[in-house]
Amino acid sequence: MAEIKKKKASMFDTPYTLKNAFAKGDIFVRLSCVIMGLGNMVRKQVIKGLLYFLIEVAYIWFMVQKGVHNLAMLPSLGTVEQNKVWDEDQGIFVYTAGDNSVLILLAGIATLLITFLFACIWIDQMKSGYKALYLTRAGKHVNNFIEDIKSLANENIHKFLMFFPMLGIIFFTILPLLFMIPMAFTNYSKIGKHLVLFDWVGLENFKTTLGMGGKLGSTFWPVLGWTLVWAFFATFLNFFLGMLLAMVINRKDTKGKSVWRFIFVLSIAVPQFVSLLLMRTMFSQNGPINNMLINAGIVSKAVPFWTNAGWARFMVIVINCWIGIPYSMLQVTGILQNIPSELTEAARIDGANSVQTFFKITLPYIMFIMGPYIITQFTGNINNFNVIYLLSGGNPTPVGSTAGKTDLLVTWLYKLTIDYQYYNLGAVIGIITFIVLSIVALATYRNTASYKDEEAFN
Amino acid sequence: MSKQVTTYAGGQEYKFEKNKMSGARVAKNAVVYVILTILSIIWLFPIFWVVLTSFRKEKGSYTAYFWPKGYTFDNYKKLFTETTQLNFPRMFLNTLLVSIFSCIITTLFILCVGYCMSQLRFRLRKPFMNLAMILGLFPAFMSMVAVYFILKALGLTQGNMLYVALVLIYSAGSGTGFYIVKGFFDTVPKSLTEAALLDGCSMLQVFNKIVLPLSKPIVVYTILTSFLAPWLDFIFVKVIVGANADYWTVSLGMYNMLEKEYIYKWYTPWAAAAVVVSIPIAILFMVMQRNYVDGMTGAVKG
Repeated sequence: MAEIKKKKASMFDTPYTLKNAFAKGDIFVRLSCVIMGLGNMVRKQVIKGLLYFLIEVAYIWFMVQKGVHNLAMLPSLGTVEQNKVWDEDQGIFVYTAGDNSVLILLAGIATLLITFLFACIWIDQMKSGYKALYLTRAGKHVNNFIEDIKSLANENIHKFLMFFPMLGIIFFTILPLLFMIPMAFTNYSKIGKHLVLFDWVGLENFKTTLGMGGKLGSTFWPVLGWTLVWAFFATFLNFFLGMLLAMVINRKDTKGKSVWRFIFVLSIAVPQFVSLLLMRTMFSQNGPINNMLINAGIVSKAVPFWTNAGWARFMVIVINCWIGIPYSMLQVTGILQNIPSELTEAARIDGANSVQTFFKITLPYIMFIMGPYIITQFTGNINNFNVIYLLSGGNPTPVGSTAGKTDLLVTWLYKLTIDYQYYNLGAVIGIITFIVLSIVALATYRNTASYKDEEAFN
Repeated sequence: MSKQVTTYAGGQEYKFEKNKMSGARVAKNAVVYVILTILSIIWLFPIFWVVLTSFRKEKGSYTAYFWPKGYTFDNYKKLFTETTQLNFPRMFLNTLLVSIFSCIITTLFILCVGYCMSQLRFRLRKPFMNLAMILGLFPAFMSMVAVYFILKALGLTQGNMLYVALVLIYSAGSGTGFYIVKGFFDTVPKSLTEAALLDGCSMLQVFNKIVLPLSKPIVVYTILTSFLAPWLDFIFVKVIVGANADYWTVSLGMYNMLEKEYIYKWYTPWAAAAVVVSIPIAILFMVMQRNYVDGMTGAVKG
């Protein structure tokens, strides 16, 4: 196994490494580590070299102007408070600008990220300078700038195609995460009025969140428990009931298969937020369902669908079934139609009855194909914000608690950050959610056929 | 299968084919049909109710009866003409604008990344795929607040710049959602692309002229899903736009119609809005579904 890995890695190996650049490069290549692009400029790659040099100048200028200051502020996160000073001339209070820890943290993290990107470019130019030297020594052709541009449509096409998507991911996915994770280690929260100025507090927030004794800890564990219960029921009820429905419709004797299917698919086509709001309205205190029940004399007063914890939990799972069953029905139908008939025929000839055929052949076959999908569904349900937020809003909420009885970790995270402005606790919950998901995903994802057998089609 | 079977019932002889039904089978089928009918009613009832309510003549929110006392088109008219309090036409145009731009960017990003991951082999490919998987595990809201601060630092949270902010939210990080497209591109036979390269095509031309045309279903699927995202999302826009009603999208507007301050006046127009929004989305969805299924089953045959 290790040997295969080595072999794979070597597929991309070139002699143009950082180590070789220093060990075997000439004076110009080595000097490139201070004057970026020098190694390229002396090998007639003037424009390329100049570009590298410009990047270096820009980076140094940025660091002198802002960067060093940004980094220096990072350990303290700012100390100057906003102050009111009486201005004699104007006769009013004038506010002197204080430090804003959020902006300091953001600027600091952004500077670190820019420095990291700069380091990548620096390594790249060292290699590039050495490559030019290496090719010259070997008497081979060195690409000029226009040829370099042209190579973006060929051997370097991935650099061209990935550039903008990567830029988006770095600044709108990675930077925000790098910015949020440190927040978990600060006291950035409405508690103690640390919304403008805050400080590093180490693992304090994790202790309060995970500690059983405190108020927060006694909220956290029940929410985590309900999140897992919800994810379990939401995933497996949907799957098994959907499968059952698919099999009933797919039976040989059922007439009008496509009509039945269409009826259920219709509910998928309605946008999810519409159907969720619709359901919330229908089951509300004065909504049509309660009206019908009262008018029919089944109940004497309105059923507390959203105000009783037990009912609310039951309802979100049931309504999630309403939304999810048609999906799994569609998928299982597709699989059922593709089951190799030799399998079931052979079983029948061997004398298996329909129940045996189902449990020994059909079900394992469906599970084999749907396995990875069910895992994704499970992780998706742990993060299923919309269903909970639009249906119950996490309610009913006990007095004095930050989380309601139907709140998942994600909706609680939302409430903690947006409603309560406990940003640090929100970040803690986010990190814990990530850990829970990673455990589920790492244990299962990497074992799916599609991950392992990537080259199967090639 | 059509073996002739003879049975005796009440001294009389009936002949029928076995694949016609025996008594037990009739009963079983009856049960199945009854269950399917009940389920169909459960699944169609909410849709039926919202259509019914959208035509309801009586104003106000909840009524104590099911069937409306009168029917009218006024709710639809009100939705599109009464714009002082909640401006539905504007919400609709906002959503359309944002979804068109984010659709273009997202589609380009996903197709480019999908092509690189599937057809090319370079050093950072596997690390990137692992990175995309890890990033996908963080709850989206966790970074939402941070994204808001970044947009604010860029000056994109005021006035018309909010459109840019919304487009960026839906499209900027989309490069990580390449998995389905990659899976499809994987089925494009290597022999085709290699032949094209031998004929002097550049890699870019292989992408444009061979891989993309062969992958029409999945391209359509990508376009439609990315177009629909801003119509279906509700929470990102709530965090970024918040109380600034001029920039609400359809979903946020509809959420607010049911809030306490609006529900009395906007309950029946809300039902009308649900119908108005659902019809085009339902059509797009059906088209998308077909392309998705085609994409999965009718992959390129070499």
